[in-house]
Formats: sequence, C-alpha cells, structure tokens
Amino acid sequence: MAILQRTRRKEDPTDRVAVQPPSQVGQAIPIPDHDPLLGYLLGVGAPVEVEKVTLESPALNEMRAAGVHLIVPLVSQGELIGTLNLGRRLSDQPYSTDDRKLLAGLASQVAPAIRVAQLVRQQEAEAKERERIDQELRVASLIQQTLLPKELPHLPGWKIEAYYQSARAVGGDIYDFIPLQDGRLGLVIGDVTDKGVPAALVMATTRTTLRTMATQSYDPGEVLAKANESLVPVIPPAMFVTCFYGVLNPSTGDIAYANAGHNLPYVRTSGGVVEMRATGMPLGLMTGMNYEVAYARLNPGEIVLLTSDGIVESHDRAGDMFGFPRLIDLVTKYDLEQDLISIILAQLDQFRGEDGEQEDDVTMVTIRRSSSAVESAVAFGEDPEVVASFALGSAPGAEREAMVRVASVAAELGLEGERLERLKTAVSEAAMNACEHGNKGDPDLPIEVSVLADSNKILVRIRDHGGGRSIPDPVIPNLEAKLAGEQSPRGWGLFLIEKMVDAMRTSTDDQYHTIELEMSRRED
Amino acid sequence: MPGTPFSAETRNNGDSTVIHLTGDIDRNAKDELEVAYNQAAARGPVILNFTDVDYINSTGIAVIVALLARARADGRPLRACGLSAHYREIFQITRLADFMTIYDDEPAALAVE
Repeated sequence: MAILQRTRRKEDPTDRVAVQPPSQVGQAIPIPDHDPLLGYLLGVGAPVEVEKVTLESPALNEMRAAGVHLIVPLVSQGELIGTLNLGRRLSDQPYSTDDRKLLAGLASQVAPAIRVAQLVRQQEAEAKERERIDQELRVASLIQQTLLPKELPHLPGWKIEAYYQSARAVGGDIYDFIPLQDGRLGLVIGDVTDKGVPAALVMATTRTTLRTMATQSYDPGEVLAKANESLVPVIPPAMFVTCFYGVLNPSTGDIAYANAGHNLPYVRTSGGVVEMRATGMPLGLMTGMNYEVAYARLNPGEIVLLTSDGIVESHDRAGDMFGFPRLIDLVTKYDLEQDLISIILAQLDQFRGEDGEQEDDVTMVTIRRSSSAVESAVAFGEDPEVVASFALGSAPGAEREAMVRVASVAAELGLEGERLERLKTAVSEAAMNACEHGNKGDPDLPIEVSVLADSNKILVRIRDHGGGRSIPDPVIPNLEAKLAGEQSPRGWGLFLIEKMVDAMRTSTDDQYHTIELEMSRRED
Repeated sequence: MPGTPFSAETRNNGDSTVIHLTGDIDRNAKDELEVAYNQAAARGPVILNFTDVDYINSTGIAVIVALLARARADGRPLRACGLSAHYREIFQITRLADFMTIYDDEPAALAVE
C-alpha cells in the first residue's frame, strides 16, 4: 500500500489550523502494512489525537517522537491513502471541535483528489511499461520469424508441413530443416525455456550451432553432444533448450534420432502410434552429456508428428491441461487422408474455449511418406521433357563417356562456361558411383542416363541396379583427418557432386537406385 | 571411352622440383605420380604443374591428397600451378588450397622462395 504523508505548513492558507511544525513534523512517516495504526485509522476515519491513542505501534511512536499531535486520515473508497500529520497549534491551544470538523471536511475532499492523482500516475507508469514490453515482444518475434525456415523442403515422395504460432510473450520455439549431403535431411524441433528476447537470442544461437554440428556428422547423438558442449558456456545459467534432432534418409524412410529432453515425436503406423523414444538431457545445462541414438523407419503412408509443449500444456477454462493422452488419441484416430495439423489445431481451439488465450508458442511439424511408389515417382519432378537418354555398361571409363555425352546435350541446351564444367564433374562422379557401387563394377549391368529439361532447369538422372539394399552412410570428408591418416584419402565423390550442382536427390526402390542432378539454366 | 593417359615428368630446378603432369588424373595416376615424386630433389618445394591436365575426378583428388600427406610428412611444401578455373574451384571446395598454395603458372610458383 502506498502511503502518502502530508504535513501542514506555516504558509497554508487555512490559517485556523496553521501549525508551527516542530522540525521533524515535516518529514513523511510511512505506516507499514502490518502496523496496527493502519487498521485503527481506517476504523476511526476521523482526526485522531496522538496522545489519546494507546496502541503498540512503531509508526505511532515515531510520529509521537516527531512531534505529531493530530493525525487526520485520508481515506478514499475504504483505503487509507495517506495522513495529514499536524503538530501543536501555534497558540498551544488544543484543537477545537470546529478545527477537527474543518480538518475532517478537508480530508474528505483531499483524499479522492489524491487518489485520482495516484491512479493517473500509476496508469502512466503502466502504459509506459506496456509500451516497453510491446517493443520487446516485437523484437523477440522479429528474431524468431527471421530464423524459422522461409520455405519447406521439397523431397520427392515426401510431404513436409510445419505450423508455428507464437504466443503473445514469444516462447522461444524453434524448428529447422537442415539439408545434408546425399539428400538426407536434418530435422530439428526445440524449445528454449524462458520467453521474450533472451529466449529468442538463445534460440538463434542454438539454431546456428545445430546447423554447424549437423554438417559434421550423420550421428544425431554426436550432433546433440557437440551442440551441448558449445552451448553450455554461452547459455545463461537459468536457461536451457529441449531439442529433438533426427536425420531422415528420404530414399529409405530411415530416421536416426536423438533427443535432448524434448517432447517425444509420434509415428502413426498401420499398427497404431509409436513414440520415438531416446534419452538425453536438455542442451545447455552441463557439459559431458551423452545422447542415446535410436532408429525408426517410416513406411509408405506413415507420418511423424513433432510438437512443442505449447500444445499439451494448453489449458481449458477449468484449468485442465490438454495433455499427451488427448494428443496421442488424435494421432491414433485421425483419417490419414486429412491434415493432421489442422485437426490438432481445431481440437486445441475447441479445448481452450472461445476466448481462451494461447499461453505458449505452438509448433508442429509433420513428415509424411507418400503412400505409393507411383506417388513418389511423380513427385520426382514436374514434367520436364526428356532430351536424351542412353545406357552404358559398367566398365571403367563409362563415367567419362557419360560426362562427354551429357555435356554435349547440356551445351546445346545453352549451359556453358563454369556451370557446364560443374555439371560435367557431377555427372562423372555420379556415373562412377553408379558403376562401382550401384552395379558393383559388373560390365553387363547397365547404368541408364537421361537428360531432361524444362524452361528453367536441366535434370540429369542416372539409374543403376543398386536398389533393394541399404546404402551405408557416407563419411563427410575432412581434409585434416585425411592428411593425418585418420580418414581414407578417398570419399570425395558425393561431396563434390553436391557442391557442383544446384540440387541433388536420390531415390531407391526394390531394383534401382537413382540420383538426380539439377542445374538451373539461368546464370545466377 | 578412354581418356588421355596419365604421365608425369620430373624436372629438378635447383632446390625446387617441378612435376609436369599430363592427361587424366584419376586412381590410375597413383603409381606414376609416386615414382615422379621419388625422383624429386632431396629437399625444397615440389611444384605440380597441371597445365596439360583436362580432367581430375574424385579418385584423382584422393591421389593428390595422399601425395600431399606424404610431402607434409617429408616436411616439404607442395605447390600447384596451371589449374583451370574449374579445378582451382575444386581445390578450394575440397580445401586442398588451404594446404597447397596455387599459382597461376610455373614461373610464379618457382619465384617464391
């Protein structure tokens, strides 16, 4: 409670109550909330002579010591908003009944006026604070929006969708898709404790760190462990980040994943819902953490749902939480032809009620494998025209022939200079992989090469007979390690292909493995 | 389709050695390149001249990486010259350029002490 102290001064125009204040009467004497004087003054509600009050009150003793003779409570709407403390009259006469009436009248006028002034001041301060918070929220939201992916990855045979809605206070949710070598995709969903600008900044750091670590290893446990090591020293002590990280191989549907204390993703399989479990501590808490790696496979038609806790921690009007069982139930029962994210959002709206507020950021990512091989083949590209196609036996030198023949077609299509050189290198490497790895060097097994084009791009597809078996994870080449003898000097093929072309995709079925190289026809 | 066969010619130039490379650099270049390196002067920098090389693939990059590892173990600098713009880019992408300085031509590579 704010106590406003007022003391009459000599020059006060109401000279009948003018006082000669002893030196200390002019000082404000606060009355603490727990002092019995407070209740007493409220109860009396009229001028009180200090001498006549018998209360064990520190504030009263203080007033007495300061020479206060008469206390006039200023009460507005049942609240003591201050007192007028008066010393003795100049004439040393006691205050008369008239004096007190006058003071009581005065107090009844003054109290509401002071109350209004207090409220105005308080509202001004609150408006300023709101303005400051709004400004901070705008900054936090701007940081977050800058960092979330602008577009979703296009993977042939896959449908990836994401939804993000920030709460008013901007919760620090993060999701990201990290394109890795040979067409693999890193999947990130995370949640920074805390809100506002600090959370947004930690989110930005986490995103960059994960992106860096993801390019160094395909092992999601190692990615999270390394990210944790580099985040611990830079994240404020009271904050941490929960985070799921998975590496999707689109050609097989395999996901290797690790989890730093984030909500478990759910896979909707033909047999029901499976939780993707893996243990690990949140990022940024302490160093030396290990992250369990687990594996899942998405069969055609199956879908994974990644969420932030803004969904399960939503409350209805009665204060009940949405909770995991409701979410699992939705994932279990929904019709696969419908859109899972829309269904969850609709249920969430219904649960919260009409004017229920969104308390935290809500983030969802779904990754769905198309239900048939046909669908996945169609998704490979939108109808570019086949310009050339040929087959070569898998003998040494086939890669050079593929390179020369594709180059002459690409040159006719207008590709030239450095971009033509890059495509040549990529084709040579891809053809060599197809012969040596896909067809295992069997000269009787052909590689099939086709060149397709539309107005924007040239596509080169190279198909070998390496389908139906899993392709081992390529090691990302590290020159220092190679020079130190820790890594084989070889292993540059896929790395080079990826750096040479504008896009690279792979797909595998029971029989064939296909790599598709894309080069824009425009010079930029 | 056979490419241009690989050959390497070693020329000693005081304390510097120039290995002039001709043809395609792929895994088949390994033995001949090692022989050429063995003929280099006892010490000093080794300069690989790529002027007459039109094709290098990833297995050729591996051969160069292995040679670079050997030169570093021997404590002698390896330099490159005469690379086309495309292969210069590939040396940068693979970061070979971080470990072997690239010069435009042979005189430039030799001019460095």
